[in-house]
Amino acid sequence: MPAEGRHRVAILGAGRELCCAGCEAVARTIVEAGLESYYETRTSCALPPSLPSERNASEGTPAAEVAGSEAALILDRVRCSACLWLIEQTLRRVPGVLRADVNYATRRAHVAWDAAQTGLPAILDAVRAVGYDAYPYDAARQEALERRERRTALWRLFVAAFGAMQVMMYAFPAYVDGGGGTLSADAEQLMRWTSFLLTLPVLVFSCRPFFDGALQELRGRRIGLDTPIALGIGGGFLASAWATITGGGEVYFDSVSMLVFLLLAARYAEGAARRRATRALDPLLRVEGGRRLAVDDSVRVAAGERFPADGVVLEGRSSADESLLTGESRPLPKRAGDEVVAGSVNLEQPLTMRVTRAGAETRAAGIARLVERAVASRPRLVESAERAARALTYVVILTAAAALLWKGDVWVAVAILVVTCPCALALAAPIVLTRAGTALLGHGILLTRSRALETLTRATDVVVDKTGTLTTGRLAVSGATLLGWESEVRCRFIAAALEATSRHPIAHAFPGGDARLVQAPRNEPGQGVEGRIDGRLYRIGTGGYCRSLANQDIPLAGSGAATRIFLADADGWLTAFDLEDELRPEAAAVIGHLRADGLEVHLASGDAPPVAAAVALRLGIERYCGAMSPQDKLDYVARLQHAGRVVVMIGDGLNDAPVLAGADASFAMGSGADAAQLKADVVLVNNSLANVSRTLALSRRALRLVRQNIGWALAYNALAIPLAAAGWIGPWEAALAMGASSLTVLVNALRGLEPASPWKASTSSYPSPSPSYS
Amino acid sequence: MESLYLLVPLSVALVFVIGWVFWRALEGGQFDDLERPAHDILADDENPVQVQVKRAD
Repeated sequence: MPAEGRHRVAILGAGRELCCAGCEAVARTIVEAGLESYYETRTSCALPPSLPSERNASEGTPAAEVAGSEAALILDRVRCSACLWLIEQTLRRVPGVLRADVNYATRRAHVAWDAAQTGLPAILDAVRAVGYDAYPYDAARQEALERRERRTALWRLFVAAFGAMQVMMYAFPAYVDGGGGTLSADAEQLMRWTSFLLTLPVLVFSCRPFFDGALQELRGRRIGLDTPIALGIGGGFLASAWATITGGGEVYFDSVSMLVFLLLAARYAEGAARRRATRALDPLLRVEGGRRLAVDDSVRVAAGERFPADGVVLEGRSSADESLLTGESRPLPKRAGDEVVAGSVNLEQPLTMRVTRAGAETRAAGIARLVERAVASRPRLVESAERAARALTYVVILTAAAALLWKGDVWVAVAILVVTCPCALALAAPIVLTRAGTALLGHGILLTRSRALETLTRATDVVVDKTGTLTTGRLAVSGATLLGWESEVRCRFIAAALEATSRHPIAHAFPGGDARLVQAPRNEPGQGVEGRIDGRLYRIGTGGYCRSLANQDIPLAGSGAATRIFLADADGWLTAFDLEDELRPEAAAVIGHLRADGLEVHLASGDAPPVAAAVALRLGIERYCGAMSPQDKLDYVARLQHAGRVVVMIGDGLNDAPVLAGADASFAMGSGADAAQLKADVVLVNNSLANVSRTLALSRRALRLVRQNIGWALAYNALAIPLAAAGWIGPWEAALAMGASSLTVLVNALRGLEPASPWKASTSSYPSPSPSYS
Repeated sequence: MESLYLLVPLSVALVFVIGWVFWRALEGGQFDDLERPAHDILADDENPVQVQVKRAD
């Protein structure tokens, strides 16, 4: 960080301090261009100065994101989550398909297949065969498709709204007259025919989605959301049309068109909410559609541009913003030999890079896939809600048929068909889950299975690994004992200079040394380093190695809890350094949080028992075990589970794979290793342990929203269906109630989980008040 | 009452005219971005004479 006060710009008459030269330049440009009012009208903080690059990255979009035998598919003509379920099942039954996951919120499918057995055309055909369309993912086409969809939806809505308004006007005289005779029979017949004429486009055009959906459900021999609605609307219209043509009976054109309008309005609002929920994921998915590059290509990346693939820097010095992948917003320095990841932004200077992984192989693509897959693994609670929604539609149709047969009243049957709201059961939970995944990703937390969210809320025990999890995995000096006449400062200076010539991991414990001070450095592998500084010969290393120079016995015995190395010269011993694996700075606070949440924390370490004990003592962990093999850890977790505990394992992604898979829910430190390959439910991409508490808190909020939504949907349906069956709710009131119920659930799903955008600086997770369904 | 026989068909014709106008507006892209105009009114026009209305598509 630069010294304070170096980057100052006068904004709106007040001097403001900025974090870096980049932001200063941006702010200065804004102010100098006379656009200061941006700071008055903006509602959230800006992105880091990397915005212009997005345009470059989307250039040269390939035809499809198809690499090897995996593809992301856009699904079209999908109407509700039952359709998505059907597509998923269909895809999984195509011979040769290894994996098929459908994301309910983004409406994309992810398919992997065996190239020897099948191909993409066969898979697309399978989807088309059940009445839907699928295209390989393509950002431009996706956008065009969405715009078309939005316009058509709005046009249908308008036709229905205007039709409903007009028809209500023509129906009004008949209501006012009430059969009193002021309205002549001719005039009434005119009104009926006019109503018929205006309801016709509503039925033929605006209702298409409902009828199409019902037809598909019929073809698939199942009953979904659209069948009851289509039956209700169609029945109402036909009965009214018959009354108009024969000149007798009642007409309800006004109710039918109003019903269609309200249903469409609810659906339109639903679509808007869904788009909002998934928008935050877009940049990551856009990376997936990056330029076609092959491994070992050299690419020049201009400043402000996104890296098109994973690779190694060949030339140039710059810094990169990897916040998209890790949530870490500080720029990371990059020079020749450093790794860069696709999707991160080159901030300062042009760089030349060599591609090591491109297309679907990149880390960004892997993360995008994982995020989509996460939503596909739904918590058990959500799965049972979806089953309930499907069962509900059958109940509804049977009830309506019974009402029609026994009471002989078409309108009671129509009201029953329309008032039920199974979509509230099936839709709102996936939206909450998508939002949770996106919010977590913004903090560098990669949720790979949504199911884990549910498990986390029930957790009773947390088992933590030590090396690489509670500690950084890097050694640091924890104490120095002076043994000779040199001062500690001087000893540390000599040690740092000597170690600067070495590449051993221990050398990291002595940073900042200058190797040029050392003459004739010599490295004894596994022993230590020697070298001359100001003419004197020094050795740093194991006791035995130094003794052969100092010619004296080792003055101290090792305590066992720490690694000990010595510094000596020809006259005798100088210092003993105790080295310890450095604790993560946030470790103590995180353990404290977990304990405050009522969780039992265990430490399971592969290190020697005294080392494990020392760490446990420092962090206040009461239950600890050292010298555990991966199998011991797995047994330990299994024992806890056997005792009825729900165990969360936090470990190093690579070494602890078995125990991570065995625990009820697991966190892994990502450490830049292939996040996509890890077996954990949650990957902490930016290695911050603090994210464990954050994930726990967020999972609790998300699950609470899901529970509220399901509870509301169940209560609503349990109340509304009997009322409609009793004839207390008319068809258009039913439509209003159904729409209101859908919207209630959706609005609740979009409520204060956390800011949905990963870049919003203000993390105002305002306390969610108890739900008020008025 | 006879006016009904003129006015009711006239209202139907009007509905179709309004429907057509809305359709034109929709296809012209006026409803594609409903958020931007709300922000536009907060910003002062630099040079009102030169402002041109342009549609993205």
